[in-house]
Amino acid sequence: MIVDTQNFMKFSDEFEARFTEMLTHYPTRRSALVPTLLYAQDEVGALTDEVIAELAQRLDLTELEVRNVISYYSMLTTKPRGKYNVQVCTNIACMLRGGEELLDHCKKKLGIGHKGTTEDGLFSLEEVECIGACSWAPAAQVNYDFHENLTNAKMDELLDEYKKKGTQ
Amino acid sequence: MATLVSHPDEVRVISKRFGQGATEIERYLQLDGYKAVQKALGMGADAIVNEVKNSGLRGRGGAGFSTGMKWSFVPKQSAKPKYVLCNGDESEPGTCKDRLIFEHDPHAVIEGVMIAALAVGSHIGYIYIRGEYRYLSVIMQKAIKDAYAKGFLGKNIFSSGYDLDIHWHGGAGAYEVGEESALMESLEGKRGIPRIRPPFPAVVGLWGGPTVINNAETLAAVPHIILGGADWYAKLGTPKNGGTRLFCLSGNLNKPGVYELPMGYNLKKMIYEVGGGISNGRGLKAVVPGGSSTPVLLPEEIDVAMDFDSVAKAGSMLGSGGVVVLDDTTCIVKFALRTMKFYRHESCGWCIPCREGTDWLEKTLTRFHAGAGLKKDIDNIYYLAENMLGKTFCPLGDAAAMPTMAFVKKFREEFEDHLDGKPCPFERTGAAERQPVLA
Repeated sequence: MIVDTQNFMKFSDEFEARFTEMLTHYPTRRSALVPTLLYAQDEVGALTDEVIAELAQRLDLTELEVRNVISYYSMLTTKPRGKYNVQVCTNIACMLRGGEELLDHCKKKLGIGHKGTTEDGLFSLEEVECIGACSWAPAAQVNYDFHENLTNAKMDELLDEYKKKGTQ
Repeated sequence: MATLVSHPDEVRVISKRFGQGATEIERYLQLDGYKAVQKALGMGADAIVNEVKNSGLRGRGGAGFSTGMKWSFVPKQSAKPKYVLCNGDESEPGTCKDRLIFEHDPHAVIEGVMIAALAVGSHIGYIYIRGEYRYLSVIMQKAIKDAYAKGFLGKNIFSSGYDLDIHWHGGAGAYEVGEESALMESLEGKRGIPRIRPPFPAVVGLWGGPTVINNAETLAAVPHIILGGADWYAKLGTPKNGGTRLFCLSGNLNKPGVYELPMGYNLKKMIYEVGGGISNGRGLKAVVPGGSSTPVLLPEEIDVAMDFDSVAKAGSMLGSGGVVVLDDTTCIVKFALRTMKFYRHESCGWCIPCREGTDWLEKTLTRFHAGAGLKKDIDNIYYLAENMLGKTFCPLGDAAAMPTMAFVKKFREEFEDHLDGKPCPFERTGAAERQPVLA
C-alpha cells in the first residue's frame, strides 16, 4: 500500500498514540475501526466526510465500508450534535420510574424533540435505549456522564449547570 | 458512579472488593489479587477446566451454559491462534451488573480472562466494553496498563514462560453486539451481524481462530473459584447452579439496587425483603425475572428459586439477572410495546423473521395501545411472535418473541380492555403517540 503521509488529518496526540498502539493489538487493521470512530467523533464532533476518508485510508478500507459500519452503531453520527448531548433512557426499568415523563420534560425545557439540537448548539436531545442504569432509574447520560435517580427538578438543575459551563 | 447497596442476606464473592479501592493494583494485590492466576499457572489446563466445571459456574450473560464445558470445546491443537473474549457489552434492559464489576474490580475481570486463557491455551485476550461505558473503559485501560507494568501481562508472566496479552476494546452503541458472534464481528471492525452456527466460536471464532467468549461477571467469578475451590463455590448455590450472582433489582421497588445473592435465592423474598417491597404502597402486578427478553411472571408464580433450572421450570428464564418489578398501575400493553420498540430498534435486520417481526409487532402494539386495535390483533401478535421463535440466526428474535407471547398469554384480558376505541385504562401521561427512535 502506498501511504500519502502528506495528507494525513491530524488528531490530538492522545488520539494518535492510542491509535498507533491499538493497531498492534489485532491481526487486521480493520479491527481498530469501531473504537477509533468513536474517539475520532469525540474530537471532531461528528464523523465528517474528511474523518471518514482519513480513517478509511488509515485502515485500508473503502469509505463505503466505513460508512456501512457507522450506520450500524447508534452512538456514531455523521451530523454534529449539541455540545451537551442529553440522552434520556425510556426503556422498561426507566419507564416504570418516569423516564418518559423526564424525556417530555427535557423536550419542553430545551424546546427540541428527539434528535433535535438547540439553536445555540449547546444542547441536543436523544431518547436512548437501556444505558445500564436500571437499578438507579430514571437515568440519563449527558455525553458520557451518567446521572441517576433523576426527577424533573434534578434535571432542571443539571441542565442549568451544563448551560452555565457551556456559555462561560 | 452508581450507588452501592447492601442487605444481610448477601453473600459477597464477586462484590467482595466493591468500594474497597481495588481499581488500584496495589490495593487489589492486598485483597488476594493475582493469587488465583499464579495458582492456575501451577495447575495445568485440564485441572483448571475441571475445577470450573465442578464449580457449577454457568454463563452469567443469560444463556446459563456451563463455563467449564464451554472451555472444554476448544481444541487443544490449533493452527490458528486461540482467543479469549470477555463480553462487557452489557445492554439487556434490566441489567446493570457488569458496570459495577468494571467500576470497582477491573483486575478481577483481567485475572479471569488470564485464567480462561491458561485453561484453553490462548495467548491473547480482549475485554470488550460497550461504548456508553466510557468511564469504565478509562478504568479498564489503566488497569491493563498497570498489570503490564507489574509484569503480570506480556512476555513470560510471573516468570512462568507463558506469554499472555490482554487488550481493551470498545463498542459504539448496539445491543445486538452482546450476542457472541455479533460481538466477534464488531471486534473485527464490522457491523454487528451474527454468524451462522455451527461452526461454534470455540472452533472457528475471531479471525477464524478458536475463541472462548464469556460474560464479564462469569470471568470475574473464576479467580474466586480457583482460590476457594470448586466445592466451596458449588455449595454456595443449588445443585448444578453453583455460586452467587449479581441480581439487578429495578422497577417499582422501595430499594432497587444490585445485590449479590446465592443462586437459588427465592424471588418473592428478593422482591419483598431485599428489594424492600413495592414502592408507593402499591400491589405487585408482574415480574420480568431475567432481563427484558425473559417471559413475565405473575404474582402467584414468584415463589421460585432463582437458579437457571427452577426459573425454567416456572416457565421463564434466569437470563442476565435483571429483575424488573411492575406495580399494579403499569399497563401491560404499554410495557409490551416499549419492550418491542427496543427490539425493533436493535434488530440488525440480517434475517427476515426478526427484522419484519419486530417491526410489525411494534406497529400492531402501538395501534393497540392507542385504542385502535382489533380483536384479531391479539391472536396476530401471538402468532407473529411464535413464528419468529427459533427461526433467526441469533437469539435476538427469540428475545423479542418470548416475552411478547407471555404478555398475551398471561394478560389477554388487559389486551381486550384496550379494544373498541377505549383509551388505555392505565394511561398516566396522555402521551401515547409513537416516538420513533430510529436514526
